[in-house]
This record gives sequence, structure tokens and C-alpha cells, in this order.
Amino acid sequence: MKNTIITILKKELKRFFGDKRMAFTTILMPGIMIFVMYTFMGDAISGMVTVDDDYVYKIESTNMPDSIKSLMDGMKLSDGMKDIDTNGGGAAKEKIRNNEDELDLYIVFPENFESDIAAYNSTSGGKAPDVQVYYNSASTESQAVYKMFIEMMDSYEAAMANKFDINNDKNIKYDLAEEKDAAASIFSSMLPMLLLMFIFSACMAVGPESISGEKERGTIATLLVTPAKRSHIALGKIIALSIIALLSGASSTLGTLLSLPKLANLEESGIGSNVYGITEYIALAVVIMSTVLLIVTMVSIISAFAKSTKEAGTYVTPLMIIVMLVGLSGMFSDGAQKELFYYIIPVYNSVQSMTGIFSFDIMPSGMAASVISNLVYTGIGVFILTRMFNSEKIMFNK
Amino acid sequence: MKELLNVDKLHKTFKLSAKQQKLERTNDKIKVAVDGVSFKAYEGEVFGLLGPNGAGKTTTLRMLATLIKPDGGDATVDGSSIVNNADKVRQKIGFLTSELKLEEYFTPNYLYDFFSELHNVPSDVRENRKNEIFGLFGIGKFAEVKVADLSTGMKQKVSLAVSIVHDPDIIIFDEPTNGLDVLTARVVTDFIQTLKERGKTVIVSTHIFSLIEKICDRVGIIINGKMILCDTLENIKAGQNLEDRFFDIYKETVGEDV
Repeated sequence: MKNTIITILKKELKRFFGDKRMAFTTILMPGIMIFVMYTFMGDAISGMVTVDDDYVYKIESTNMPDSIKSLMDGMKLSDGMKDIDTNGGGAAKEKIRNNEDELDLYIVFPENFESDIAAYNSTSGGKAPDVQVYYNSASTESQAVYKMFIEMMDSYEAAMANKFDINNDKNIKYDLAEEKDAAASIFSSMLPMLLLMFIFSACMAVGPESISGEKERGTIATLLVTPAKRSHIALGKIIALSIIALLSGASSTLGTLLSLPKLANLEESGIGSNVYGITEYIALAVVIMSTVLLIVTMVSIISAFAKSTKEAGTYVTPLMIIVMLVGLSGMFSDGAQKELFYYIIPVYNSVQSMTGIFSFDIMPSGMAASVISNLVYTGIGVFILTRMFNSEKIMFNK
Repeated sequence: MKELLNVDKLHKTFKLSAKQQKLERTNDKIKVAVDGVSFKAYEGEVFGLLGPNGAGKTTTLRMLATLIKPDGGDATVDGSSIVNNADKVRQKIGFLTSELKLEEYFTPNYLYDFFSELHNVPSDVRENRKNEIFGLFGIGKFAEVKVADLSTGMKQKVSLAVSIVHDPDIIIFDEPTNGLDVLTARVVTDFIQTLKERGKTVIVSTHIFSLIEKICDRVGIIINGKMILCDTLENIKAGQNLEDRFFDIYKETVGEDV
């Protein structure tokens, strides 16, 4: 009688994969969508904060001393630079305020800047010579050149009274974080939530259809008059749905892994998802598989209660919100939990295990506890679903 | 004759919702759908359940098919109890009702194989049976057409074929000719005769008198959940035609004109 499970499983898969449109929208689409969306978002964000390399900053200045001019030259900021007298100041400010790329920066130096600073004694308590720099923070270019100018002036000021340096040797790597640690902190905060979200939406796409859909269309009754054991029907369906949800989750995950470095702007620093090794991927696969089984079972039970696919969608939503919130908890926690207890709380255990995996901090006993407890919960779920298939009140509530 | 089905005081009640109570103009929270129905059916006979809509025919048959459980009483199908041994009963019966739908996405051919597998029919036996019944019902041409694209009559024929993939000894048909044109209805009634000739027990529920007169050996008349009369067709008719006889019985029972 074991092959009843296989028969149901094959039917569910045939139903799903036979319908090319359904298979495409559930499996390929999410991955492609995520990849395109994240890549686009990453590009758009970096496009918003960076200025083209060949952009010529338009700068006007009053009383700029030659020493500063040569510094500006060194920074390649002097090409679009022009001197104006104090009377032009109002017009210059107006041009910057308009934010139409007419002017990016207006700098006003005190008339005798160099001699003033030479004469100034910081211990005297008097007012230091003041350089006024007008810019527009709403303009990417203006903001960028403002920062460059301020940095330049800071180092100019530091150079005048150089008592000590910090991290001045360009040949020493002061940031001791390894490349994989940097990746770990980003991936471990984002991915558990994203993965959980993908898995859940995949389960939501197929679960209600397969269970409340069959109920709604009256096809489940046809199954129930056959000698097929209810538990076998339940298991066959859950395994089939898990396979579909896993494929969908895998596609979403792939899309994310390929596009997340771009989204998080990690590519320039050479950080990619390739920091993870085979151990991490195997551990991840095991955790995800057990999580998918659990979530499919939960969605199936809710679907079995519902009278129609639509109703199932409504009933599943609160569960989705809870699962999302639990997923979010991974973003704010500082690494994975250490107490074993946390690894038997459904869904939370998966988040903790995934956080551990992504931060290279796998806790083997915790992972084992997660996987085993997920399987136990799935078993309990299958038992409940079997009871529901046996209950005329649930199966025939019109 | 071997007794294949023994229905013993089956009882089934449904809870009425407040809305249903209003609709039925009653204050009773519970509706008795089947009230102590008993009958027997023997090998090689067609037993007809006759009664108006809402009399409890379908509920009785659904209990026999193990889709729902009785609140009281029991029935044995070839010795297996529908209450205690539902799995065994499901192996022995074929059940056809409009409530059981086929997944529209699949083809008759696939569905036949699928249900054969669920019934553990060996594949060579399955192919023989399939060829025979697809030929008999003219399904062959449509074997690879999705159920969704089939006509109502063809769908019903496919449902019928699928309900007996395991060649059961007891076949329960709930309103088998409802909604069918005369040609298809004829195919179905002829098929019931064939089953009977092969020694199967067929239980049919209907409110169509001509169908009962044509195919049934014995008849049970159900009104308001009670088995009013259960006898051979000849004895029930008592020389009258069935329709007139039924109205007489109905008047006697309900005590008012129809």
C-alpha cells in the first residue's frame, strides 16, 4: 500500500508540471523577478549616489588663495572653476539653489585668508578665519563636490599643524575583517528572512490549490471513496507540494544570491556569495528542506479547513505575517542563539539555524534539533491532516 | 442467494445552522436525515431506493460509501462494517454520484490508470478492463482529451468507468441518469443490466419511476428519512403502475395531498 503515496505524489506533480503556465509562474518567475528587481534596484541606488567619472564640477569662488587653487588642481576640480567677486555671491547662491546643474559649489574665502590663518592662535579663544561653502544637498553632484572640498580642506588644515597621523600608511590593511566576515554579516542578517519569505510564498502558491481546490471542486471526495489510506493521501500531497515549494524556493534563492551582492553594493569591494563553501550549502539545504515540510504541512492543514481556495488564502495570511515577523527577528539579532531550547521553536529554529550557517557559526546540536523537531512537527501535522480527511464535517462543509 | 449488503437501522442527523432553521421554518436544531433505515441486497440483483428529493436517499448511500459516518446503526458490505472497517468496505464497493468529480485537468486514460493504482489493480488486468469499458462507452476516441473538454454525458460515462476500475461486487449509483440525454441514459441503464447479469449487486437511488420499473428487482421507498416499504418490485406495485402506487403510499404516509 506504500505505493499509494507514490501514486498521489505522481498525480500532484503531473498536475503541476503539466500546466506549463503554473509551473513557470511558480518556479521560474520568482527567481527571475527577484534577480531582475534586485539588480535593477542595486543599479538604481548606486546610480543615485555616484557621479559620472568625467563630470566637470562647476565651482565659483571668491578670494581663493593660490595655495588652495593648486590643491584644487591636484584634485582635478579646477577645470570648471571660476573666480567671481563678492557682488556675484547672490547670483551664485541662486544658481545652486535652483539645482539645475548650472553651479555645484560656491566658496567664499576671507580676503586675506593665508595671512589670517598664519596669525591665528587657537589658544587665544578668538574667532578663527571662516571659509563659507555653499552647496545643495539635493543635488548628487553638488553634495559630492562639497564632500571632496571639505575633506581636502580638512587635510589642508591638518597638514598645517601636523602633530600626529592616523592610519596614514597606505600599505597596511587596518580593517582586519576578512572578506567572508563582511559577507557573513550582510547575508546572515538578510537571507534567513528572505528565504523564509520565498518558501512561504511558494507554499502559499500551491498548497491551497491542491487541498482546498480539490475540496471546492469535489475531486477530493472521489479520492476518499477509494481504499487509499487517508494518511497516504496526506503524505503524498505534502511531499509533492514540498518538492514544488523547494524548487520554487531554490529558484528564488539563486536569484537572491546572484543579485544580493549588487543590491548591497558589495561587488566593488569584491564580496560575493561565493564565500560559502559546500558545508554551508549542504547544511542550508537540510534546514530548508525540513522547514519546507513544516510550512507545507501548516498551509495544508489551514487549506483543509477552508471551503475554497480563496478562503484558504485569507486564512493563511495571518500565519504568513507571523512567519515574516519571526524571519525579521533574524535581522536584529546578534548572531545565532546558543541555547538548544530555541532550536525546537518551529520557524524560529529555522531562522536561527540559517543565521548560524550564513555567519559561519553552525551549531551542530542546534541544527540537528531544528531538523528533528521540524520533522516531528510535520509528523504531527500529517496526523492532524489525516484526521481532517476522515472528518466529514471538515471535508464536506459547504 | 448470497446476501451482500445488510443495512441495519442506519441513522443520521445533521445540525442546522440558524439560517437553515429559518429556511426550513423550524426551531429544531437537528434535522434527522435518515431515521432507522434497514434493507438487504443480494448477489445479482438491482435494488432501487425510491423517494422524493430530500428523503434521505443520497445520505443513506453516502453512509454506505463511507463518505460520512452514521450516528446510529450499521451496515455490512460483504461482511465488512461501514463503521468499523471502512477501509475494507471501500475496496469492495464502487460509488458513483454527482458529488464525486474528476479532476478536469486530466484525461480519461490517465484518470483510469490513476484510480486503478489506488485500488491496486495489476496493470495487465487494468489494460483489459480499460479497453473493454472504454469500448463499451465509446470513451476510446476521447481517451486523451482533458475531462474539462468533454460533454456532460461523456463526463458521466468516464466517472462511471472510473468508479468501477476495481471490478467491485457492490456498485452504488446515486441518480445515475440525472442530467443525461436519452441516449446516454440508455447506455447507463443497459450497463446496469450488464452488471446484474454478471452477478453484481447494484444499489440505485432515483426519483424516476420508469428507471426503477425497468431495472430494479427490489425497491425500498424512503420518505422523510424512513423506509416506508421494502419489497420486490411486483409486490410493491400490487398490480398498479409504480407511479400511482407511489402517490398512494405517499398520501398514506404524509397524510396530505402531494
